This record gives sequence, C-alpha cells and structure tokens, in this order.
Amino acid sequence: MVETLLAILAIAGLAVAFGLVLGYSAQRFRVEGDPIAEQVDALLPQTQCGQCSFPGCRPYAEAIAAGEADINLCPPGGEATVLALADLLGRDPKPLEVEVRDKAIAVIDEQTCIGCTLCIQACPVDAILGAAKQMHTVIESECTGCELCLEPCPVDCIDMVPVHQGLAEWRWAQPTPSLIERPRAGPVIVPQKQRESA
Amino acid sequence: MQLHRFHGGLKLPSHKAESTERPLRVLGVPQTLYVPLSQHIGEPTEPLVQPGDRVEKGQRIGQAKDYIAAHVHAPSSGRVVAIAEHPIPHPSGLSAPCIVIETDAQDHWGDTGMPAWPDWRDREARALRERVRDAGIVGLGGAAFPTAVKLNPRPGKPIHTLVVNGAECEPYITCDDLLMQTHPEAVLEGARIVAHLLGAEQVLFAIEDNKPEALRRLTEALARLEAEAQGSDQAQANASAGTRSEAPSQHRDASIQLVAIPSRYPTGGERQLIHVLTGREVPSAGLPADLGIICHNPGTLKAVRDAVLHGRPLISRIVTVTGPGVREPRNVEALIGTPFADLIVAAGGYAEGVDRLVMGGPMMGFAIHDDAVPVIKGSNCLLVTRPQDTARSGAVLPCIRCGECTRVCPANLLPQQLYWFAKSKNFDTIQDYGLFDCIECGCCAQVCPSNIPLVQYYRFGKQEIWNREKEREKADLARVRFEFRQERQEREEREKAERLARKKAMLAKKEPGSAAETEPGAPAASGTGAAADPKAAIADAIERARARKAAQAADADADAGTGPESESGSRTETGAGSDTGARPETRPGAGAPPASDNGAASDTPVRRPAAVAPAEKSGG
Repeated sequence: MVETLLAILAIAGLAVAFGLVLGYSAQRFRVEGDPIAEQVDALLPQTQCGQCSFPGCRPYAEAIAAGEADINLCPPGGEATVLALADLLGRDPKPLEVEVRDKAIAVIDEQTCIGCTLCIQACPVDAILGAAKQMHTVIESECTGCELCLEPCPVDCIDMVPVHQGLAEWRWAQPTPSLIERPRAGPVIVPQKQRESA
Repeated sequence: MQLHRFHGGLKLPSHKAESTERPLRVLGVPQTLYVPLSQHIGEPTEPLVQPGDRVEKGQRIGQAKDYIAAHVHAPSSGRVVAIAEHPIPHPSGLSAPCIVIETDAQDHWGDTGMPAWPDWRDREARALRERVRDAGIVGLGGAAFPTAVKLNPRPGKPIHTLVVNGAECEPYITCDDLLMQTHPEAVLEGARIVAHLLGAEQVLFAIEDNKPEALRRLTEALARLEAEAQGSDQAQANASAGTRSEAPSQHRDASIQLVAIPSRYPTGGERQLIHVLTGREVPSAGLPADLGIICHNPGTLKAVRDAVLHGRPLISRIVTVTGPGVREPRNVEALIGTPFADLIVAAGGYAEGVDRLVMGGPMMGFAIHDDAVPVIKGSNCLLVTRPQDTARSGAVLPCIRCGECTRVCPANLLPQQLYWFAKSKNFDTIQDYGLFDCIECGCCAQVCPSNIPLVQYYRFGKQEIWNREKEREKADLARVRFEFRQERQEREEREKAERLARKKAMLAKKEPGSAAETEPGAPAASGTGAAADPKAAIADAIERARARKAAQAADADADAGTGPESESGSRTETGAGSDTGARPETRPGAGAPPASDNGAASDTPVRRPAAVAPAEKSGG
C-alpha cells in the first residue's frame, strides 16, 4: 500500500516538477510571431502581387504555415518556390495552378500619363516615382512585376515589358534529357538494338 | 625537383604539331576593328569616345568603372564610326556593344600616358599594379580575369611563389608555345617584373614536356638574362667597390626555375598545376594566394612587360587558328578587334565541309555562331572542325553508374552524383557535393560511355544557383521596401488619428463656455474661412456639431471646471474613431489626392476648424 502511494506521489511530484519547468520555459523562451510563417515568407518572391488571392506575401506565408493554403499558388515564384516550400514543409510538390509568365516590369508611357498618383498608391514596393499632376516613372530596379499598378491607371498608360535578355541575363539552358528518358510522345529515334534491350 | 601527380586527368591526343609547324604570322591592320566594351570578367567598360572621333593606337577608349574590370584601348589608329551592337565571341551568340573603328592604315601610336619604365626595379608595387591596370591587362589564358586584381594579394597573405603556367594542356592550342618560342626573354622579364611586384622569392616556370622547343629557347634566354645580370652586378660592384652596401641584394631578381612537367590534361588548371609542382592542394572555396602562390599565363606576363618596359597597353595577342577545318593551321598575332574571318584567311581559308567554329580548345571551348566576331583579349584559340571530327559516338543514354567519370575527375568530385542532382534541380545537395569546385574541364564527359553532356549540367547548375541567389537578394529588397511602406502607412493613419484627437480635445475645452453664443455665428464664420471649399465646410460643420454634443455630454455628467481635460480627452478619442469612419466620404470632394500623400492632403480639412474656432471665440 505504502509502495503504491509512494509511486503515485513520486510520479505526481515529477509531473509537477516538469510542468513547472515547461511552464517557465514557455514564458521565458517565448517566440514572438510564427517561425514557420517567417521561413515560408523568406522563400516567397516578395512581389506582393496578390495572385495567390492573399493580400501580399506575408499573409500568404501565414496561411501556408497555418495549413490553410496550398503551396502552389505563387506564379512569380514558379516551380523553384513550390519545390522549396515542399522541401521546407515536408509536403508533396504540386504543379503550379496558373501558368508562369516571363519576368516583366512595368513601364509608364510618360506621354500619356496624367499624373493621377493612383499607381503610386497601388505599388506595394514604392517603385513608382511622381507627384500629383506630374509625370510618373517606374524605378526599374525596384519593380517586382506584380502588375498591381495596371488596373488603377485611368488612361492605361502602363505596360508590362519583358525584362531585356542581354548578355548579363543569359544562362546555360538545362540540357535535354537523353532520348529514352524523355516521355515518349512522338517518334523516338533509338537504334533497334537498344530499343529491344530497354 | 620533386613533382607530384593530381588525381584523374586524361592523356589526350595533343594535335599540337599541326599549328606549330608554321611560323608565327603577324596579321596586318584590318580595315575595320570591332572592339567589344566588355572583354573581361566583370562589368563592361564605358566608352570614352564618340562616333566620329579620331583615335590613336593605344589610346584608352573604354574606361573600367569597377575594381574588377579592365580598360579597353584602340588597337590601331583611325576613326570611330559607331558604338553599336555587334556579335561577340560568347556561347550565347548574342551581340554586345562594340566600338567600331575604321582604321587609317597609319597605325600611329598616340600618347598612352604611360612612359616606359626601364627602371621598374625601383618602382613601388602599387605603381606597377596601377600600370598593369592602365594597360587593361587581363589573364590571357582564356578566363580574362583582370590581372591588376590578381596582383593585389590580400593583406596578411604574402606571396612567396609565382607560378608561370606554360602547361597549355588542352589539345590543339599552341599560342603559349609559340609565344615562348618567339619571345622567351619577354616572358621571363615579365615574370621578373611580376615577381618583384608581388615580392615573390621564386618563380616556377612550368612547361609540359611536349614543348621541347619552347623549353630549349627559354633555357637559353634564361642563361642569357642571368649572364647579363651577373655582368651588370659585377659592373656595379666594381663601380662601388669601396662602399659596398646591401643595395644589390635588395634589387636581386627572383630566381626563375624552369620545370618540365608531364603532359596530362588538365595540368594547365591552376589548382592542378600547383598540386603537380608543390604537392599542396588549394583549399575548396580558397585561392592559390591562400598558399602564398599566384599563377599567371606567359602571355599575361609578356603583356605586363610590354606595359612596364614600353608603356604599351594590351592591344594584340597570339591566337592559334587550327583544326581540320582550316587548310594551313598556324598561330597568328592579331590586333584585338580583328574579325575571326581574317584569321581564317591567314590560315589558308576553310577546308571542305566545315560546320563548326570553336573559341578555345576542344575540351573547354564553346561554339561561336558567326565568323564576324572579333578577337578579344581572352581568345587563345580558334578551332575549326568538320562534322566527322566532333560527332559523338552515339545517342545520349541514361547513366549506368560505371564510375569512369569519378576516376578521371581532377577535382576529386563525384561527377555522376552532381549530374543526378543537377538534373533533379536539387541545388542544395549539389553544393554539398562540391559543384563549385568543378573546373569544367570536361574529362568526365569525355569518358562517359553514355555520352551524357555532363559539363552542360554543371554549368546549368552553377548558373541556376547564382540566379537564385540574385533573385533572393531582390526579394529581400522588395520585402524591406514593402514593410517600410506598410509602416509608413500605419504611421500616417496614427498621426491623422492623433491630430483629430487633439482637435477634439481643443474644441471640447472651448465649447463648454461659449456653446450657446457661438452657435448662430458659426455658419457665417466658417463660410468666410472655407468659401472656396463648401464641401469641406459642411464636413467641418458636422464635426463641430458632433464635438459639441460630446462636450455637452461631458458637461452633463462631469462636475464642470475640475476635470474635463482628462475626461474629455479620453472621450474624444472615441469620437475621433467614429470620425475617421466618416472621413472618406468628405475627402474625394475636397479634391485632394488620397492615400500616399494622405498626411499633407488631409491637413486642410482638419486644421481649418482649429483655425476658425479661436476666431469665433474672440468674435463672440
């Protein structure tokens, strides 16, 4: 009887002791904000374009962290972002729902611009320069290509112009996979012998 | 000297005899020169001339803006006809801005601003380095890295050895061989100048043993130079026999040692050569300078010598024009900017059935798309091939994990693993497997029985990783800007709310005393104050009425006089809250642009009543 009581007391004592330690550390080492959302946000391209249906990258990151949103909703990030998110969160990568467009930046036709400042208010990264009744212009290096300035423009003077592909932007392409690794959509020219062995 | 052996590598058919049989030919000045603004690793230069300008030979026409960049000089005299896009030797086949010079056949040297320095031994390292930079010298082995940057060792990393890389291990290329045969003294003098500049005690001059002629000429030249130096030393000693000081030893040149090394591809790789000579390995992500060693190409050394001894910038180089696709393979000395087509003509023209032009060697070179592209500082070889010379032995097949590539990799990497990770775009893991230690020598692809273009995968992987880093930086910048904007908007909201609250408090303080009297006078007063802005005036009136109500309420339940300040303060806070809700209706009417310059725009309707109120009070 005494042993049983002792055991119960010991276990209870341990429970209380650990509870106190845990309770204290929960207070002492409290982390402000959601660290997962933070990490997800770091992987997003920060265009703040809202194509994911969330008002900006941060809210989307929070929704992903909370498990409310899919990881394949970010067209500017493309496949790379989906893969990175899948890697971080341990989810299965999914193909993007929307097609990825080529990188482009906004350019204001300065002859047509009436200086209404509406695009300035729409730009999430303050990349448009101008004042009321003054001509506006886009700071090229700051533009993320989110297209949020297109819609508010009353005179449609903003165009998305593909980024110039000069020498500095040129990249080695990924080599095409070997013939028999490719999906066999069309006629595949593989020597007869190899086809038989494969 | 004890030599070492690096891991892997290949014994390749050298194909060097074809182009070394014929003597070096110095090409004349072509009618038109196309001088690209960017011929080096780093940012392009900015043109210093305009179309229509006359340029003299050696005049600086492109100014380097960055530290890692090299000036560009006019290779001959003439007139600038355009600064325009022109095809350049680049794997992309794209065009880049070039200065187009119509030459006048006079080949007249202008003032380069670089006096000859026969007394280079008395010059400071800094001055010599500046000279190398002024002369626009880049590494002539092919990479075209600005030499002045390489000659500036980081503090705390003294250089004790200069390695002259005369290995030239890649098949077909013989431009360094010919240079060492024709200008052995110039190369050795260049080595001395660079060793003096770096403070290096010894120079190791490595030559592959398949270049006996170059080795013989260099040995002779070295003996001559040493005899001369002894002669002058003795003369000096005789002259100052009485007061012998330490001066001669201070100015003694570094000892040059010629080392014949076994031919094996890629011995000419900087890291491999250092391993062969010293048995030491350059650390991954490190530089040879970490071992106190700096490596230079003989062509670069001759360019340094020409710049220092004669004040001449880098405007020409030796190019090997070879391969089964030209009739008379040979080496030519061509001005920078000479079209490749001229080089082909100098080499006897195209042979039958030519289909490919390669700049560089067969292992590391890249195909160029047009023979109108000009010679640039990094063009060491122009290889012309026919289909039967380059045809692969079959279709690309899957990797069978035979491990041949691992056996030949001179960087001790696992090429097949790198291939898998590059193919699956697993860019984190591929870096753990040392992708950036890959020197892209092509040994792995050469031995691959499945004909997989392995190096292409590595290049793709490297660039994709750099690309992503760049995009990440851009995203971080966008995030900072976005967050700043949000913060600014919040601050503006807050400030607006505070202003409203302040105004409320002021009104609340005033109203209790003069509520009854001012009421009839109010419309008139505000009418004069805001005649130009009737809608704002209406908004003001509504606000005033509301404030009064709040004040009356405060009056009713607070005992007048003692504590209205604190209480009305707290109450108007809530009042302000409801007010901001009403604001958007009035603002567009006020004609002020909303949002971004909110603060300034909303000033007008908010402050006006405050200005009106005292006037009312004094009037009543």
